Amino acid sequence: MDQSLVGRSFPSTAPYTVTDANVRAFAEATGSSYDGGPAPATFPIVMAFGAMNAFLEAEALDLFRIVHGEQRFTYERPIVPGDVLTATLSVASLRQIAGNDIIGTTSEITDADGTLVCSTSATLVHRGATE
Amino acid sequence: MSLEAKTFTITRADLVAYAEASGDHNPIHQDDEVARSVGLPGVIAHGMYPMALAARAVGEWFPGAEVVSLGCKFTAPVVVPAEGSVEVVIAGEAKEPEDGLTTVVLTVTSGGQKVLGMPKAVVRA
Repeated sequence: MDQSLVGRSFPSTAPYTVTDANVRAFAEATGSSYDGGPAPATFPIVMAFGAMNAFLEAEALDLFRIVHGEQRFTYERPIVPGDVLTATLSVASLRQIAGNDIIGTTSEITDADGTLVCSTSATLVHRGATE
Repeated sequence: MSLEAKTFTITRADLVAYAEASGDHNPIHQDDEVARSVGLPGVIAHGMYPMALAARAVGEWFPGAEVVSLGCKFTAPVVVPAEGSVEVVIAGEAKEPEDGLTTVVLTVTSGGQKVLGMPKAVVRA
């Protein structure tokens, strides 16, 4: 991995339709419940994770070597069932520490009209092989 | 203002359900052998799991409030045992509201150790 990665954008994810069932499954997986309305605050990770997978695939990186370092969400509005969302990831920074690559990414999640719904940033730690 | 701390638990079954719901099928959250191969002590929770619990606590403290931002670092792994569960405690301190926005400074610990770095939420409440 080298600095030419910084500033690059990766292809947007396929449109993801938010459904009541998907939001409920997400809420219940963390011991919560869901009776309609806004999705849980960390739900946009579903789209952001899709964008990250596209990035890993494009760069031939193994998911099992990735550890999540940091995650931030800034919401323009709550996500609700019926939203059709896509995520687009860009690499914001890259540095190497102790044999690991520290990759700073940002993903913008937009709705069917192309309006920004949520901006997320994630730091991904790509761990080198251990002896 | 101090908010009443919430204690939640995480089991391996929760990680399976979360992988399914989130799409994050990284095997370090399911398979001890793979986790150890990358230098982890064993299966760890998705970092997003305690973060989701933090968001859940914020939702319980401020019912119906819109979350404007949420962020944290993942500073220590939450190791989830093959049997039983691990506890995660979410504590929070609400700052004085400014322009209708309340900043909630969180402390997220497991086994007495902080697992999230500077977790913070801003809510419209």
